[in-house]
Amino acid sequence: MQYIDPHIHMVSRTTDDYETLAKMGCVAVSEPAFWAGFDRGSVESFRDYFRQLTEFEPGRAASYGIDHYTWLCINAKEAENVQLSREVLAMIPEFLDRPNVLGIGEIGLNKNTKNESIIFLEHVELAIQHQQPILIHTPHLEDKYQGTRMILDMLCSDRRLDCSRVLVDHVEEHTVRPVLETGFWAGMTLYPITKCTPQRAADIVERYGPERLLVNSAGDWGPSKPTAVPDFILEMRLRGHSQSLIRKIVWDNPREFFGLD
Amino acid sequence: MVGNQEFQGELMMSNQRSATVVMDSEYLKMRSGLLEVAAALDRLERAPGGLVDDPRRNRLEQAIQILHDSEQGRAERLQLLFSRPFNENWKQEFGID
Repeated sequence: MQYIDPHIHMVSRTTDDYETLAKMGCVAVSEPAFWAGFDRGSVESFRDYFRQLTEFEPGRAASYGIDHYTWLCINAKEAENVQLSREVLAMIPEFLDRPNVLGIGEIGLNKNTKNESIIFLEHVELAIQHQQPILIHTPHLEDKYQGTRMILDMLCSDRRLDCSRVLVDHVEEHTVRPVLETGFWAGMTLYPITKCTPQRAADIVERYGPERLLVNSAGDWGPSKPTAVPDFILEMRLRGHSQSLIRKIVWDNPREFFGLD
Repeated sequence: MVGNQEFQGELMMSNQRSATVVMDSEYLKMRSGLLEVAAALDRLERAPGGLVDDPRRNRLEQAIQILHDSEQGRAERLQLLFSRPFNENWKQEFGID
């Protein structure tokens, strides 16, 4: 089955992974900007990173017949440096017209601090000013519920936002309902230890239905599995779910949210 | 804030599998998961030093109680048990509008 991985950090993966993804049926990936594993020191580091995401990585993906899309931001872990964050925010518009840029992301919260919240709101403002969709990271483990509620608070208090253009990612059992109830898209990340497993993601689909739900691998430089979306497809098949239902989640929904033909 | 897709609520979609089929599929995995928890608890008790004041021990005991009860939504309730609480007044405390 052809599928789209709507959240994967391919700059952290090998070219062999592109080949494996292509063999598994992946025809497009979307790569949000994220943390490099260390805090970057200057706006020029981000300019180089955004060039990698918009110039080099699409070519590497194309070698295996995969379309590469991307999202731009400074991530929540680096938002504690408010001055650097504002320099990056001012630079992002240079890249918004690049052909593979989908919007602003993955913005969000990490430890749910005041500075993270301030920079989150400034990213939202940037997206609104430039009519860009938004992809949102929600925090890890014990911080996820609190952070997701804070993010929804901030989003829901801005009447200019079109919720059909906002994806709140990394939802789990305790956060999927408030995200869907408030009208946003929800992404489920399939990770070996933290976040969702393919089995629990399938449970969430069975519980809430397939509308506005996506699944992704969020493959990166940490423990993660770039072929996790096919694992979800297999789990759904083994449970007897129809091809059309599975296709809606791994193909129709990301295409609709990304506005792809 | 505007949007065009209404939330349908809980659907409880049928996956066309009987309870017996689900049990056949899940039994060994559940057995394995429970054994891992049991062995880890034994490991904790064998280890020197007490955990009387460690709130994680109490949280694990509450989690086991959630597994034992017969209400639905166990995974969601476990997630909330392991979550920091949400403060409705966080914006005022941060001075953010």
